[in-house]
Amino acid sequence: MNKPRASKYIFWTTAIFLILPLLVLLFYSFNESRSFTWTGFSFIWYEKLFNESAQLWQAVNNSLIVAIVSSLIATVIGSLGAIAINWYKFFFKPYATALSFLPLVLPEIVLGVSILVFFNMIGLPLGMVSVIIAHTTFTLPFVLLMVMARLSEFDFSIIEASRDLGATELQTLLRVIIPISMPGIISGFLTAFTLSLEDFVVTLFVAGPGSSTLPLYIFSAIRFGVTPTINAFSVLLIAVTVLLAVSVHRLFKYLIKA
Amino acid sequence: MNKQRWGIFYSGPLTFWLSFFFLIPIGIIIYYSLMSRDVFGGVKHFTLSWNAYASMADPSFIQVLITTLWISVLSTVLTIVIALPSAYYMARSKNATFLLLLIIVPFWINFLIRIFAWMAILGTEGFLNDILKFFGVVDEGIQFLYNPVAVIIVFVYSYLPYAILPLYSTIENFDFSLLEAARDLGATHRQSLIKVMLPAIRPGILTAVLFTFIPTFGAYAVPQLVGDKNTWMLGNVIAYELLRNRDYPKASAISILITVLTAVILLVYLFLQRRSSEIEKKGLLNE
Repeated sequence: MNKPRASKYIFWTTAIFLILPLLVLLFYSFNESRSFTWTGFSFIWYEKLFNESAQLWQAVNNSLIVAIVSSLIATVIGSLGAIAINWYKFFFKPYATALSFLPLVLPEIVLGVSILVFFNMIGLPLGMVSVIIAHTTFTLPFVLLMVMARLSEFDFSIIEASRDLGATELQTLLRVIIPISMPGIISGFLTAFTLSLEDFVVTLFVAGPGSSTLPLYIFSAIRFGVTPTINAFSVLLIAVTVLLAVSVHRLFKYLIKA
Repeated sequence: MNKQRWGIFYSGPLTFWLSFFFLIPIGIIIYYSLMSRDVFGGVKHFTLSWNAYASMADPSFIQVLITTLWISVLSTVLTIVIALPSAYYMARSKNATFLLLLIIVPFWINFLIRIFAWMAILGTEGFLNDILKFFGVVDEGIQFLYNPVAVIIVFVYSYLPYAILPLYSTIENFDFSLLEAARDLGATHRQSLIKVMLPAIRPGILTAVLFTFIPTFGAYAVPQLVGDKNTWMLGNVIAYELLRNRDYPKASAISILITVLTAVILLVYLFLQRRSSEIEKKGLLNE
């Protein structure tokens, strides 16, 4: 058998290409000087990050609030919608289905423009509320997809069985439907949460004074004069992201086994 | 009957939310794009005007359209050319999970921080200049940022994982014994890859192209941060018209242009995907 040859070098070059920039950030986060020229090792930017970066932590705070609230709303609405589209019949089902998939293919920037124009028209002031509404809108279809993927593995007959055995609709929802769709609901929530934390373009349009999220803060920091605190923060964020991703992965493996 | 009533109840919030915050806003920008601009920004209602669309014939706008196209096409081609052999190597490797992790980890990092990392490398006082100075190649820092090359590098960097993942999963499902069969029949290694494997993994290549091309096409942050006036793309013009110029009709019209172009790309994608599955069926019948 012929071993892959050229592809090996291309792969490793690609891997280095992908990882090197992150190592560069790590390197500069310990740089004493303000610029990108290496002058000496120092923890000064980490110190500044924790003691003199109130705006940054405010942005982190805003991001977390937006992500938690919007993904909770999206999870509730999206999960119920997935149950309805997958298992129930109603007259506007084709409309609801089409409406749920369209946002997935629409360019993000168009969503941002349209929702900003809409908020201006109805006179909603830009702030946390407008950001939360916008985030819920673009994360909803993802929750719906994840829950529908889970539900498609099951048969509607389990709901009929639960009714035949005398359960009310509410009991069926709480004791049968929600427990079996739980893995889908959790992955839907996590996807919505991540997408919300990551979003830049839509937020750029709909955020107002005081509702700047983390990506917006990073954007303005790197656009108007880079401070090395961002290096230190990037390193912290990378560490937290990797840790979270690994633990979520572990949790998932555990949940699937259980 | 019962099914109908509960169906309405469960899907009500979803339908309401998306109608109100998605469909109506899209309707409004279609309407705005057909209105004339108010003197102080915003729109004059009920004044039908094709100005916003007519202004797309301006040479400056045509230039932006051309820039957007060539930058996103070139970035996509480069991304696929790098992603294809990388995904092939991963699919044939014994440590595929570990290699997959190497590709995915950078993908977890905040998008803007990934752009920032490239600014730290390419800037006048950046990492690359540090190295060049160390080896005595240059004395003064060279500005590698704010040009089309920097924009393309960052695009390729940002969307490589999007391209590698679908390619990896199609190549992984490819039956490698077909390559051996081709070689037994006298093909060289390269011929077997090009004539046997490439056609078989076409659906994966199409998906990788789609995943790279669509986000670069509507990009805003990358050209804004590492590009200059000559790399202005459609997204930058929309943001400028909407947030600075407050020309709502124009921003709306360009948004609709992007939407229509994206829809065309999607339709071409679906058409090509269907054709490749038809070819596959025919191939099986011929056997």
